[in-house]
Amino acid sequence: MKNKGLWIRTFIILAITIAGIYLVFGPRRTPVASDFSWSGIKANLAENINLGLDLKGGSHLVMRVKTDDYLKTLTENNGQAALTTAQDAKLPATAYTIKAENGNYSVNLTLSDPSQQQAVLDEVKKKVDFSAWTQTTSGNDIVWSLPNQAQELMKRQAVDQALKIIESRINAFGVKEPTLQKHGAETSGQILLQMPGVDDPERVKKLIGAESNLSLAKIVSPPNPSPVQTYPTREAALQSIGGAETQTRKVYPYADRDEPSAAGTAKTDPAAKVNKYVVVEYPSVVDGSELREANAVSRTGSEGDYQISFSFKPAGAQKFGEWTGKNINNYMAVVLNGEVKSAAFIKSQIFDSGEISGKFTKTSAEDLALTLKSGALPAKIEYQEERTVGPSLGADSIKAGVEAALGGLAFVIVFMLIYYRGSGVNAVIALLLNMLLTMAALIVIKSTLTLPGIAGLILGVGMAVDSNVLIFERIREELRAGRSIADSISLGFDRAFITIIDTHITTIISSTILYLYGSGPIRGFAVTLVLGLLINLFSAVFVSRTIFMWLLHRNPKMEKISI
Amino acid sequence: MLEIFKNISVDWMGLRKPLIFLSIAILMAGLLSAIGRQVTPGGTDAFNLGVDFQGGTVITAKFRNKPAEDEIRSALQAQGISDAVIQASLDKQDEVLIKVPLFEGKGDTAPAEAPQAGGEDATQVNLGRATVKKALDTFGKEAEAGKRLADDESAIYQIVGTDSVGPVAGAQLRNQAVIATLLGLLGILLFIAFRYDWTYAAGAVIAVFHDVLITLAFFSVFQWEVSLTVLAALLTLVGFSVNDSIVIFDRIRENITLHRGKSIYSLTNDSINQTMSRTIVTNGLVFLAVLALVLFGGEVLRGFSLALFVGSITGTYSTIAIASPIAIWWQGKIGNAKVKEVALPQSGTEKMASASRRSVTRRPVTR
Repeated sequence: MKNKGLWIRTFIILAITIAGIYLVFGPRRTPVASDFSWSGIKANLAENINLGLDLKGGSHLVMRVKTDDYLKTLTENNGQAALTTAQDAKLPATAYTIKAENGNYSVNLTLSDPSQQQAVLDEVKKKVDFSAWTQTTSGNDIVWSLPNQAQELMKRQAVDQALKIIESRINAFGVKEPTLQKHGAETSGQILLQMPGVDDPERVKKLIGAESNLSLAKIVSPPNPSPVQTYPTREAALQSIGGAETQTRKVYPYADRDEPSAAGTAKTDPAAKVNKYVVVEYPSVVDGSELREANAVSRTGSEGDYQISFSFKPAGAQKFGEWTGKNINNYMAVVLNGEVKSAAFIKSQIFDSGEISGKFTKTSAEDLALTLKSGALPAKIEYQEERTVGPSLGADSIKAGVEAALGGLAFVIVFMLIYYRGSGVNAVIALLLNMLLTMAALIVIKSTLTLPGIAGLILGVGMAVDSNVLIFERIREELRAGRSIADSISLGFDRAFITIIDTHITTIISSTILYLYGSGPIRGFAVTLVLGLLINLFSAVFVSRTIFMWLLHRNPKMEKISI
Repeated sequence: MLEIFKNISVDWMGLRKPLIFLSIAILMAGLLSAIGRQVTPGGTDAFNLGVDFQGGTVITAKFRNKPAEDEIRSALQAQGISDAVIQASLDKQDEVLIKVPLFEGKGDTAPAEAPQAGGEDATQVNLGRATVKKALDTFGKEAEAGKRLADDESAIYQIVGTDSVGPVAGAQLRNQAVIATLLGLLGILLFIAFRYDWTYAAGAVIAVFHDVLITLAFFSVFQWEVSLTVLAALLTLVGFSVNDSIVIFDRIRENITLHRGKSIYSLTNDSINQTMSRTIVTNGLVFLAVLALVLFGGEVLRGFSLALFVGSITGTYSTIAIASPIAIWWQGKIGNAKVKEVALPQSGTEKMASASRRSVTRRPVTR
């Protein structure tokens, strides 16, 4: 009877141990002979365990989409659109004002004739999307304001959209196995990006955050063959349009990119290269949302002589074709992110493609083409946190961590063997099994092992040692009290188990809470600790006891025990 | 049997007044240090917060031939960073840690650099690394991305690690850590109250607070840097301290059911004495392991090791000096705790008596 229970226990332990060994050291394919060699085992181990960025090297970025800016732009655009729509329909709208601060977003459209209010509302409804806004009217004013709920929803949508765009940008960039997800509270607008193996994230950062506000617009200038009208200073340019920018005339710097920036670093300082200004007519002919394709191309193949060719979607091509047909010999500007990248006259009618000239380096041309293709971010993003660990530093920390852990383990093993002698072997088996199974559990739940995770692992091992100490000390007490060996072992385990379960449950509760409410590094700690403790209930109590049961089974009349 | 203690009978609870006095003295020292530093104009802050919690940038740079600290400092100054902390790595001779405080909110210390025309703002996270790189570039070229310093002949240095945290993220990490820890403690409080008694729950949680505060007191007095790894260490010591308290409470609970009529005061002493050899073995092992970490753990883990070092001592100490006296004192006010009898899974109470019967025959503990 008791014998049968013992066999079942042994079978369970062996099955779990073998499963653990396979999970940690075994390959995820049909094993071959080399998997049993030392180097094969090491390779499998490295493959199975998912190391965090702090251990294997990589870049961890937390960015925030400036959702407030997004709503502000939206409000501004809607205001502008409402006014233009009303005026185009010859309705008496005179001006609009917007409020966009402290979570209040509203557009106020002023009419000169209140009796036309309904007509304005009907017209605006057709052209401008105010569906999520609350509309109030009073006399000459129509006010649309954005309720909080709609604000939250739009912010979330902006973040979702940014997430998609960033994803397409990093995918195109070729980052291997990136992690990209929302981060922090639902309304924080934060996005987390982890890129294993990337030790210089500058280029990726630039690429992700890059604006791609492209527009093609007419330059205010006498037509070809006169050269394009430029101004040496911003002031002079403003002078020509009456001192200030208007809704139809804007001044942009015109950068001559004669000297390309160094490859890879893409650290251009735009302010330094600007030497001219041009006046550009608005609204623009087409903008970036009409783009279908954008590519970096080189005319000569030499580094530093790259251009970006692009083509339009059908609707954009139609618009562009009509406009170029009417504007032969006029100058057109390619305005990118508030800067005129190239200015050229229209030689003939062009429909669906164009080119941004200006001597780009290969890298900057490729990055630019990529951002243009992926579309414009809904709002600017700002970086809030960057942690980059070079692969060598990561390897150093893992080496230090593993060495410290192994050193500590060796010391504990020696101590347990000296202090508890024969029974110390139980403790050592329990400890090793605990570490093996914790690793296996980490692999099963696909969790990553980080530096704080190693701290959790060490605390788990510490509590595993404590469990053994509690049990052995209790057995010793029972022996001192004159009980038989079998009774002492049984009582020692039973009584210590109550203590162990209380200490473990307490720590599991607090770790679970840490996991639920904590952030990245805290979570890593909590996960390994909880796993270690759950496994400890098996390894320190169940396994260790089974070993004692075997000893008693083989020698029921045992009179001395090595403890 | 190799044993450290066979029979000890120390009147621990009689020592509670000097022990609590010691705790209060250390806490006061920490408080004075924190307040003193905070109010001294131009002085250091209460805590030497790492970039994780207050924002800033830490760059780990590896050099082929490490320049003198003053050279690095003046190179940084040329870029407008006047209050950088430059720290040579103790364990790696060719590496140096450069800590740059927040730019934002300190207008005049911000490097004079035009904001980027790109879509991102020139925030701390972007400027920190770029500015340090600019300063280091005066020594020579950085190794190319993807190459190790040793493999890139023309390079003179390489940035091997960056930790850059904006002020918002810093505050967020700090608040989140504090909230998570407090909620974790609440969970512990409820569980111990459920399994034992409110008086014990309060004792254990106050002891945990005591341990964390004592550790923080050391961090303030000695101005050790508080980083995220220190937070991990504080979490570890919370677990450690509660574990230690529960082991003793469990023994007290057992002894209460065995020796009805005996005062809680002497039961507590008995329990501490009976578990002393476990306390010494476990905590001794932890202490030695942590000591090794302090001595050999390296620069990155320094804060972590120091916090655990202090914590491994106070965690053990607070169970005896704080948690148990509070439980006793409170029970003296509201009457003894009615702890639940914990039945053993397999054996009856008659068998269970064996372990502690001896303590009755020992010299009874008197006040």
